[in-house]
Amino acid sequence: MDLSIFSYQFMQNAILSAFLGGIACATIGVFVVLMHMPFIGVAMSHAAFAGALLGMWLGFNPLIGAFALSLGAAAVIGPLADRGELTPDTSLGVIFSLMLGLAFLFIGLMPGTKSGALELLWGSILTNTRGDIVLLAVVAFVVVALVFIFYKEIQATIFHRDIALFVGLPATLILYGVLFLTGATVTASLRSIGGLLIFSLILNPAAAAYQLTYSMKRMFLLAAAFGVLSGWVGLLFSYLFDIPSGATIVVTSSVIFMLATIFSPKRKVKGWQEKPAAEV
Amino acid sequence: MGDTVIRIEDAVVSYREDIALSGVSLTVESGEFVGIIGPNGAGKTTLLTVVNGVGKLLSGRVWVLGHSLTAANGHSLRKKVGYVPQVLDIDPRMPMNVREVVMIGRYGLLGLFKRPGRHDWKVVDEVVELVGMTHLSRRPIGHLSGGEQQRVAIARCLAQEPALFLLDEPTASLDWKAQTEILELVKQIHDLRKLTTLFVTHDLDALPHTCDRVVLMKDGLIVDDGIPDQLINTDSLSRLYNMPAPAVEERQPHMHVKES
Repeated sequence: MDLSIFSYQFMQNAILSAFLGGIACATIGVFVVLMHMPFIGVAMSHAAFAGALLGMWLGFNPLIGAFALSLGAAAVIGPLADRGELTPDTSLGVIFSLMLGLAFLFIGLMPGTKSGALELLWGSILTNTRGDIVLLAVVAFVVVALVFIFYKEIQATIFHRDIALFVGLPATLILYGVLFLTGATVTASLRSIGGLLIFSLILNPAAAAYQLTYSMKRMFLLAAAFGVLSGWVGLLFSYLFDIPSGATIVVTSSVIFMLATIFSPKRKVKGWQEKPAAEV
Repeated sequence: MGDTVIRIEDAVVSYREDIALSGVSLTVESGEFVGIIGPNGAGKTTLLTVVNGVGKLLSGRVWVLGHSLTAANGHSLRKKVGYVPQVLDIDPRMPMNVREVVMIGRYGLLGLFKRPGRHDWKVVDEVVELVGMTHLSRRPIGHLSGGEQQRVAIARCLAQEPALFLLDEPTASLDWKAQTEILELVKQIHDLRKLTTLFVTHDLDALPHTCDRVVLMKDGLIVDDGIPDQLINTDSLSRLYNMPAPAVEERQPHMHVKES
């Protein structure tokens, strides 16, 4: 196999982007999986996609549009669900459909070729610039640092939001913080992975880690490792078979999830419970 | 008995169009074990949430542990108030074990940026032992039965080292044996730790054995307040639950209720 391709700058940028995006997305994924809010990733990624298209249509930086709309969506989703008039899934569904509608509207209004818009849909990690990498690095660092600093508050909120509130923690603030982090991560990864596919990179590595451990710390570490692995293996397949990298990254993360499910020790709950108490 | 721990004056709470509490006043002294009973929708849970600052008052005032409860000090007061909700629906695959869940009780006390130390884990191990869960302390929380999970919830509250102990139907949906064990445990902990306890329950059978005082609630109001043996009788229950006296009497053998 000719591996000289890895000496090129664009490939090194892609490898670094996959590393940083994998860590950030998978870490956010742990919240999404454990708080049973898979729709959040979908709604956020479509909000970021619509925002980027708005930027392209009106001629300002698509990244700013993506940030504005995904953070705007985060600011609406939390309070809407909190009011209790709609279930969280319903409010997420409303936001998701609105963002999808806006995205198609902006594509329709955009003059000229739509190839830039399609690139945002599928992602193009191989064309990532230094600027993209710096943004991904900042977001990945912030996500990991916040999880590290506020681990106990996050752990309590993930366990049960009401319980976190009852012991005197600002559970609502933590949840909204997680929603904003999700928006920021989705935006930073949009160009690399694409608006349609990023949800899989958020969900699959964390869902795979969820199958393999009963320790939340280990779940964060495993999810990040699976996220990075998905990115790197996906890149390799993209190069070997000359197919879109966003798709190979997502398919790889799905395969990792399937393998984790097949070999999950959690499928043997009964055996675990039958162990004598002294051993557990 | 001694200092006033809870003082509620004319509390009104509403959820959208529904009035949950319509002018409730209650005073609880230090060390009291107060049972709260009433039909569904009477406002029992809302009364507890008013005490721990989660319930939002439309009008009225609440003092807890010597502080007037406001939107600003709810978080800090909750650190001193242990709250056991009804049996929660916990993800059976939640990646946390019993010790970690009990440790959550200390998180509010620890404050931001501080991690649990050796003392915190010692407190956790002590309360886990107190509720008889040491042999399951490393087991994932989702693998426990409903009764065991309620023991963990009680341990989590005790890890807070609370001055005030609130329990919201902690035995609901548990089998008879688990109900009896949890009630005995709560009473034992109340006496041992000299707590002030508010206990919402539907278990009329257990009330006279556990509570010093019972509060009857209906339609968002306190309709009676006194000693269980004097207050729990066929007439009062008939009025409270809108049930004919013969129907209450029919159930008497199960409730150990005195005839009026």
